Amino acid sequence: MSDVFTVLDDWTPVETSEAEARRQIERAGAAGRPVAADLEERAAYVGVAAGERARQLASLQAPDFTLPGVDGRLHALSAHRGRKIFLVAYASW
Amino acid sequence: MALDRSAEDALPWIEAAKPTHPSLVDPRHVVADLYNMVNVPTVVWIDERGRIVRPNDVAFGSDTFRHITGIEAARHLELLRAWARGELAVQPEERVRALQSLPTEADQLARAEFALGQWLVERGRAEAATRHFEKGGTLAPHDFTIRRGTMPIRGIDPMGPQFRAMLQDWTGAGRPYYRPLPE
Repeated sequence: MSDVFTVLDDWTPVETSEAEARRQIERAGAAGRPVAADLEERAAYVGVAAGERARQLASLQAPDFTLPGVDGRLHALSAHRGRKIFLVAYASW
Repeated sequence: MALDRSAEDALPWIEAAKPTHPSLVDPRHVVADLYNMVNVPTVVWIDERGRIVRPNDVAFGSDTFRHITGIEAARHLELLRAWARGELAVQPEERVRALQSLPTEADQLARAEFALGQWLVERGRAEAATRHFEKGGTLAPHDFTIRRGTMPIRGIDPMGPQFRAMLQDWTGAGRPYYRPLPE
């Protein structure tokens, strides 16, 4: 199965042929979406367009997300609706 | 929420702080992408209705690094506490929008390169990932979640000489490493 190529659409992986992957990448690019590709690794990532992100942010509705805590339990931002949220991004680096 | 490669990297800080709030780990930088975060610390105030009432800002919980950052913790903490108590009127939406920094196409391309790199790391392809992390850093040189945040994955000390050289190069040209909201 050396022909398998993985296209990640905003983190959702889809395995396809290289020819089909190339078509998807081209379509995504034409639609203004950011694409990173690695032909050697047989993988590509299609992200979210700047315009769409900008519209979401400018709406001021806080984008929802679900992430694991250090205990592995999943937490959704929207589960805290009704309370004020102080969202802090930090890092060990 | 830690923009770290693993829970392990963030754990010492979480164990020391013993927080009562959820402590999340975001190795894929999903939140950085959603909120256009380009460095840490970045803080956002979200009200009871899920509305952003204060956009991305730089704030510290203490003055430990004040001699380096020049940012005093007290000012933001006072505002935050007043807001939590319901004693602070938030800015009008138009003002909040004016203070927001929105992503450019280059920012999103850089994030796509980061994401592909991160995915490769998850599949044990750290070496192949490096070129995507580096490309991401070139596309968005102000995005330190990519340039500095991937240093541990690339085997580089994020506090070491390579970071200091990068910082020197950046700030030496008059560009700030931290961009707190004006006030």
